Amino acid sequence: MNLVTVSGPPSSGKTAVILKTIDSFQKRGLEVGVVKFDCLYTDDDVLYEKAGVKVKKGLSGSLCPDHYFVSNIEEVTQWGIKEGLDILITESAGLCNRCSPYVKSVTAVCVIDNLSGINTPKKIGPMLKSADIVIITKGDIVSQAEREVFASRVNTVNPGASIMHVNGLTGQGAYELSTLLYDEKVEVKTLVGEKLRFSMPSALCSYCLGETRIGESYQMGNVRKIDMEDKKKKS
Amino acid sequence: MITTQDIQQKTIADLFDQYPFLPGFFEENTLEVDGQINEKLDDFLNILDDEEEKENRAMDKAQVIESMAEYITQMLAFLGEDEDEGVNSITLLPGTNKSGEKEQFEELTINKSEIVCIVGPTGSGKSRLLADIEWVAQNDTPTSRTILVNGEEGDKKWRVTSGHKLVAQLSQNMNFVMDLSVYEFIELHAQSRLVEDVEGVIQKIFEQANNLAGEKFSLDTPITSLSGGQSRALMIADTAILSKSPIILIDEIENAGIDRKKALELLVGEEKIVLMATHDPILALMGDRRIVIKNGGIHKVIETSGDEQNLLSELERMDNVIQNMRTRLRHGEIIRQEDIGF
Repeated sequence: MNLVTVSGPPSSGKTAVILKTIDSFQKRGLEVGVVKFDCLYTDDDVLYEKAGVKVKKGLSGSLCPDHYFVSNIEEVTQWGIKEGLDILITESAGLCNRCSPYVKSVTAVCVIDNLSGINTPKKIGPMLKSADIVIITKGDIVSQAEREVFASRVNTVNPGASIMHVNGLTGQGAYELSTLLYDEKVEVKTLVGEKLRFSMPSALCSYCLGETRIGESYQMGNVRKIDMEDKKKKS
Repeated sequence: MITTQDIQQKTIADLFDQYPFLPGFFEENTLEVDGQINEKLDDFLNILDDEEEKENRAMDKAQVIESMAEYITQMLAFLGEDEDEGVNSITLLPGTNKSGEKEQFEELTINKSEIVCIVGPTGSGKSRLLADIEWVAQNDTPTSRTILVNGEEGDKKWRVTSGHKLVAQLSQNMNFVMDLSVYEFIELHAQSRLVEDVEGVIQKIFEQANNLAGEKFSLDTPITSLSGGQSRALMIADTAILSKSPIILIDEIENAGIDRKKALELLVGEEKIVLMATHDPILALMGDRRIVIKNGGIHKVIETSGDEQNLLSELERMDNVIQNMRTRLRHGEIIRQEDIGF
């Protein structure tokens, strides 16, 4: 089985891109499965079911979605193998820009959209910088110049990635993407012992444990403060 | 090919001097140099050796240096390309339509400065044809078409590198979304293309865009407040002059607020290969040829005949009548029988 992790900021078009790509896989007779990770709610599983693929969803609820992802990825992989899939795609939203949901040996795809603004590439951490393939969406509604500038900014923060434009509505580019994602020689059996490409965002403070009151005396553990000092004073 | 060893021991000042585009990399990767310009790159990045700093910035020292070396390699290659390596022609070799039948042409070569129209109903396969061209298909897409560049098998670099896109697109649905003035907008695009004479390019695009637009605009107009016609004029002038892509794909040009004939002349003058999906008779007849798409395949290729070209001037006269009325309405005038001129 092939395994692909797809991530990207909310509403960037991950599901639309994956659905169009699945289309191409199915035309080649490949059995596809999707596991959708989200935080509070998702009904994308219904869309995937409609597309005729096996689907599971996982909601992280009160946990950091990245931590939830990595705690479940092995079970998800085993599910895919048991179901006899040729290719399993996991989809997760990068809810904080520090997100880093990629595993070293697993193809990592980041979906990001042209409308998010040209400063977005520098705001996103490992989710964009350590991806193998970066898909840029919503190119049909912005000017050619903005597309070019956006793609060159993405290239500056991740020069090693393949950068592609995919239209989630018409599917333009999705067939091409599918050829980069499936390799019949690849056979994932387990992820036990594999490593993440980058450490995940860390936390463990009193608020993680359910504290709701505000004030220094309620704050414990991993707590950090904004530097409110006037910078000019330094000199 | 620049390796990590090539840059690690150099000072940042030396690196900036040697690679003038490198400050952009520091900026996008939020690396602030400030007073440390004379430090060696390796020493400067030592801040990332600190576990907490590494976690907070979500950056790994080895990865940053590797990525920087890759970026420098790419940019040098990009700057080193000269005009000789440009695309002079693309050639389409037939594949099959949706029913698996061979397409109705043998070989179709389109040279630069040529305009080819693409016609056919919605869903007939126009997007697939354009996608095949963009992907430089090598009998490896659903249509089994092959696309040659300069008569040879296309380089795979056209597929997935950001600086090498074969096709630039202009369509009716496109908008400007950045909060910038016309000047800042062109400047940003020129900088991302590493253009040397930024000021000259801005002036050239600005003049050309105004030459195409029905209503003039200024350099400090915010791009988001340009009219539809002005936006299209700026997009076309900018794409013609600044886009590196040798092929321009146009999805209709609405007949309002823009001189379409001049727009096509500009693109052709900049030695672009122009592909235009249109059912507007004036635009279609301006093309040298038109590709008819049916059932997912190329059904036939029609040369624009002399008779058709003669009709063009008549069509343009009719078009002018409408344009003239539009202008008169805008100025609060009354439309009269003689305005029609038939």
